[in-house]
Amino acid sequence: MSEKTYKPGNYPDLPPPPGTVGVYGWIRKNLFSSISNSLLTILSVVLLYYLIDGIIGWFFFDAVFDADSKIACRKIDDGACWAVITRRVGQFVYGFYPEAERWRIDITFLTMFVAFAPLLYPDIPKRKWLLYFSVFYPFFAFVLIMGGYFGLQKIEYSLFGGFMLTVILGVCGIVCSLPLGILLALGRQSNLTVVRTLSVCFIEFMRGVPLITLLFVASSMLNYFLPPGTNFSILVRVIIMFTFFSAAYIAEVIRGGIQAIPKGQYEAADALGMNYWQKTRFITLPQALKISIPGIVNTFIGLYKDTTLVVVIGLLDPLGIGRAALADTKWNGLSTETYLFVALFFFVSCFAMSRYSLWLENKLNTDKK
Amino acid sequence: MTFFSNIWRNEKSREIIVQILVLFFLGWFISWLVMNVNANFEALGKDISFEFLFIPAGYDINQYLIDYNNRDSHLRAGIVGLLNTGLVAFFGIILATVLGVALGIIRLSKNWLASKIAYWYVEFTRNVPILLHILLWHGIIINTLPHPRKAISLGEVTFLSNRGFYIPKPLTESGIELVYLFFVVAIIFSILFAKYCKRKQDLTGVQYPVFWINFSVICFLPLIAFFLSGMPISLEIPALKGFNFRGGMHMSPELAALTFALGIYTAAFIAEIVRAGILAIDKGQREAAESIGLKPSKVMNLVILPQARRVIIPPLTSQYLNLTKNSSLAIAIGYMDLVATLGGISLNQTGREMETMLIVMLIYLSVSLSISAFMNWYNSKVKLVGR
Repeated sequence: MSEKTYKPGNYPDLPPPPGTVGVYGWIRKNLFSSISNSLLTILSVVLLYYLIDGIIGWFFFDAVFDADSKIACRKIDDGACWAVITRRVGQFVYGFYPEAERWRIDITFLTMFVAFAPLLYPDIPKRKWLLYFSVFYPFFAFVLIMGGYFGLQKIEYSLFGGFMLTVILGVCGIVCSLPLGILLALGRQSNLTVVRTLSVCFIEFMRGVPLITLLFVASSMLNYFLPPGTNFSILVRVIIMFTFFSAAYIAEVIRGGIQAIPKGQYEAADALGMNYWQKTRFITLPQALKISIPGIVNTFIGLYKDTTLVVVIGLLDPLGIGRAALADTKWNGLSTETYLFVALFFFVSCFAMSRYSLWLENKLNTDKK
Repeated sequence: MTFFSNIWRNEKSREIIVQILVLFFLGWFISWLVMNVNANFEALGKDISFEFLFIPAGYDINQYLIDYNNRDSHLRAGIVGLLNTGLVAFFGIILATVLGVALGIIRLSKNWLASKIAYWYVEFTRNVPILLHILLWHGIIINTLPHPRKAISLGEVTFLSNRGFYIPKPLTESGIELVYLFFVVAIIFSILFAKYCKRKQDLTGVQYPVFWINFSVICFLPLIAFFLSGMPISLEIPALKGFNFRGGMHMSPELAALTFALGIYTAAFIAEIVRAGILAIDKGQREAAESIGLKPSKVMNLVILPQARRVIIPPLTSQYLNLTKNSSLAIAIGYMDLVATLGGISLNQTGREMETMLIVMLIYLSVSLSISAFMNWYNSKVKLVGR
């Protein structure tokens, strides 16, 4: 190697070595950096090839989107038979809600986004006015969905079904379980022995039993515990159970957040002479809730997914509608199509929720910037 | 009035008053519930009694690990169900752990394609309800797998069909005791050997390939015994007779669907836990380990994993617990687990909702409380000792 001496001064930057930049460099670095890595890449490509080859064709190109029955589908092509969905899409969305009244659901659903916007996006313009609407919204939604007032036709609970039922159960459960969860978390951290013991018992019981047993209790036993003659709708009973169940999980998440707050914060609050509720309102909760956002949203997603369990006690959520469709001899055996369709719905809504939580987490993360 | 307001302003006495009020309210609430139950039961002519547990159940269970027929009691039916829950949880946990750990590590790999595939697997799987997973797998097995006559065969010994999976069954003959004995000897030897090597390493720093030596001892010693005693294990291969398979081990579509669904669903959560656990280890630990010249495998085994284990094990245990609780959804596809036997058919036949649900809940509760007790013990054992 010839010695080359550089005099002091400015020199242009040398180009990076070939093979480390551009598309080629990226591929080499990320896909073929070592022998094992290359093997992994080849395996992944093979896997993807089979997946795409098998599934995309079945999903789209060989699929039949409208036909009278499964047999008619199979005569046209041998892919997926989406006719089982397209022929019953109304039921999948609204259950057995009367067709002429379905606009009420549409309006409730669309205004739901308006009502939630000021809660979900703190920076929204005119937030204060929208918040008034948010407070008013539950009554508005109740009247619109149930009917019976203002000349709206009264609709029976038993007609509710489909994705609409999922959203109703999920949103009611989420909205009710957050305050209860906060109270339980505070109760578990309380100095009062009786309150603490009660909270611990409630939380551990709810977390220890499968949700399905609680739903059985709601559907077959809850009436025994109420004064004779009381009878309220299965929908309300189920929402109560969902609320209790997810409140217990939320309480544990928030407890984690409360315990993560440095002790100095409480000491400072005590030194300022704050009482318990001031301390909770201004010191504990704002910090604890911020830390526990990912956990809370995960619990919400869990609750939303768990709403499918109501099919076991006979409510007609999308799974119930799907099973009813499959029980029809015309569509018998199209379970994969039906369940994949419902799965897609859940994937989209749950994925959106988890993305939102990531966004909020980044936004509220004030200490790492 | 000053006396009362003084009591109320004193922090200690106020706490006591509040607690008494809460207790009083609780007592009133419980007695209200009990009164309601009494009134309702009187109106219906019911009572609470656990005698139904000992009368014949009168229904069949298509899968049992202990002997069972429909003349056995409800209690035995419940135990059969509990064992079935255990069975599916056992298989599910193995599948979920293997798949989850692999996926978690792949997600962290430098390979862009593999890590993206793992990422989308996790997102697609965990954002879909477990009940849908179960029904989907059950549907796929029942509706898309062929009839036993055209079953998919894996090497002519294992068959996949819409009536379930048929797997060769090991049959033991006389002379098998020697194999068992050698197996036990091999395990005892490897434990002692590992201890010996540990002491030797502590004293002198010399390392032996303990894992490989023990691995080969445990594998080959029973194998030698197997040949010495004249090959006492034979495989019973399932064979098509008439419309279905005979012989071999049968895995029903329900059990298979439930195992797949629970395993695949929980694997997504485990993958995230493993990934988070490895990421939680300070970067400096890896850098320090590399800078003192440890091989990549040793960096992982001696530095990263022992620390990551502390972060991973508690949430992993709670995922196992979730898997076990989720197995109660078996009722949706007719797998006879605890909820489907005692909480399902027994409940409907005897009409004793209170008693059956109480037993079912207590069983799940005791399982999960004992596991969380174990978790607390483990946490306190591996906790970083603060200065």
